[in-house]
Amino acid sequence: MKIKKSAGAAAFSAANTAAMLLLMAAALYPMVHVLFASISNPTLVQQHRGLILHPLGFDLSAFKAVFNNPMIPVGYSNTLFYLVAGTAVNVLLTTLGAYALSRKGLLLGKYFMFAIAFTMLFSGGMIPSYLLVRDLHMVNSRLALIIPNAISAWNLIIMRTSFEAVPASMEESAKLDGANDFIILFKIYVPLCLPVMAVMILFYGVGHWNSWFSALLYIRKRELYPLQLVLREILLISTSDMTTNVTGGDAKANIGETIRYATIVVATAPILCVYPFLQKYFVKGVMVGAIKG
Amino acid sequence: MSDSVVPSVSKHAGGRGGGRLLRDLRKNKFIYMMLIPIALYYLVFHYYPMYGAQIAFRDFSPLKGIWGSAWVGFKHFSDFFSSYYFYRLLRNTVLINLYDIIFGFPAPIIMAILINEIGHPLFKRTVQTITYLPHFISLVVVCGLLTDFLASDGVINNAIEFFGGKPTSFLMNPEAFRTIYVGSEIWQSMGWNSIVYLAALVSIPSELYEAARIDGAGKMREIWSITIPCLIPTIVIMLIMRVGKIMTVGAEKIILLYNPSIYETADVISSFVYRKGVLEASFSFTAAVGLFNSIISFAMVASVNKLCNKLTQSSLW
Repeated sequence: MKIKKSAGAAAFSAANTAAMLLLMAAALYPMVHVLFASISNPTLVQQHRGLILHPLGFDLSAFKAVFNNPMIPVGYSNTLFYLVAGTAVNVLLTTLGAYALSRKGLLLGKYFMFAIAFTMLFSGGMIPSYLLVRDLHMVNSRLALIIPNAISAWNLIIMRTSFEAVPASMEESAKLDGANDFIILFKIYVPLCLPVMAVMILFYGVGHWNSWFSALLYIRKRELYPLQLVLREILLISTSDMTTNVTGGDAKANIGETIRYATIVVATAPILCVYPFLQKYFVKGVMVGAIKG
Repeated sequence: MSDSVVPSVSKHAGGRGGGRLLRDLRKNKFIYMMLIPIALYYLVFHYYPMYGAQIAFRDFSPLKGIWGSAWVGFKHFSDFFSSYYFYRLLRNTVLINLYDIIFGFPAPIIMAILINEIGHPLFKRTVQTITYLPHFISLVVVCGLLTDFLASDGVINNAIEFFGGKPTSFLMNPEAFRTIYVGSEIWQSMGWNSIVYLAALVSIPSELYEAARIDGAGKMREIWSITIPCLIPTIVIMLIMRVGKIMTVGAEKIILLYNPSIYETADVISSFVYRKGVLEASFSFTAAVGLFNSIISFAMVASVNKLCNKLTQSSLW
């Protein structure tokens, strides 16, 4: 049956569209501001007041300065290492745990599951963990950013849920052919659950990319800093040091602000570039988690 | 092969329950092999620190380590409760959460209802993609942007000056901190948190809306009488879980944004533990503060979960 759109419905739709446009602008504007300011003329940015809705002149010297800062490539390569190695460890352990705990009839299964879920509710706190990592001689070691956060209980539960949805018949026929659990997991479950594997890689990967607090706790050597810690130095601690180190010229007072914008662009661009293509996987992960939770 | 092992094993095991366990271990040996690294990880990095939290009841000395330091009982706890920090940290932690519940909690619900009303599928997808985006921007960058926009020559102050006001440096002003924290929290998570509600909205049968339209209901009436009632179960669960976390404010954002001039409103339990513990090495005292927080949080979350289970059993599924 077709129902005519009333004037009220049309007005609502228009107001809603306007609200949505406004929200999108609010979500995007900070990033647009940063992007435009980073490619603008530093002096013009310095003098400018209010919103930046187009680049003010065109000047890439801020990017030059960013790429000349030795800490940027250091942070970048460290973060790539933490991301790749860390995500590999995360996904491997989460997969093993999720598969094992998705088996029915495992006598100790429910105790394991309870012990894991309990850690989501209670922890010894920051200090005992810090002392433990210190006693393990992991301070100033790359392992400190990989091992102590090797498994997220939440992700393990998401993955277990999707493993539980695989029909048992697949497994039974493989068992008849003599396959053990490792073969069943990697030859049947992992290929069948590729979407959720992708979700895990993305959740853990983004986590590593954005992570800085573990590094703040455990990493003192600057050559081991992940990108976010370098970023924190540049954006939030001392901006003046940075500009003198990098430019040393007379334009330094002006260029500081644009350098900070350019740094944000360099550090955020990778994630914003891949995000639109991967968004549906992220959403899927949230949905699986929501149904379970 | 299996015949020769089973009898000798069951002799050691004694009772029937033990035999059952050993049979299970043998039958599922590969599965238990997979669980070994998981069990080790949880034992070392989660359960050992819980045991190590006893440092809160000792006086940590670097020479003697956790296990050799002298016992002092509840000294650090009573020091904390009688200190000037106790009230301040508790108040800041709870107030930030309370404001986030009042202002931040409804935001994704409204957002989801509005997104659901968008007719055009492409526009809908675009809105979703763009409003989820802030969730993926790193906290360091978000806080960098905040300090930049809120600086005395930043965009916000430009606007204030434009309308004839006086610029202020917001991050130096204790009164502004909670607004900044909660406001930026909403900006970061409003879109992303709406996913859960959108998922609930998808399952509303469209006949309900058609029937309402035939009865002459307007858009507002539809939202009020159909959409919101259908969302209530999800809202109740999310709200209960959110309230359970009322004693938890993560240290990360606080540490990135605060400075000594606004400790009065910005310092929360976790940031205090980091500052006094990790930076100033007063381990036992801050372990006590952290343990106090963990226990209260646990009690909150556990009772709230219980409530939630009760509700979901009787009224939801």
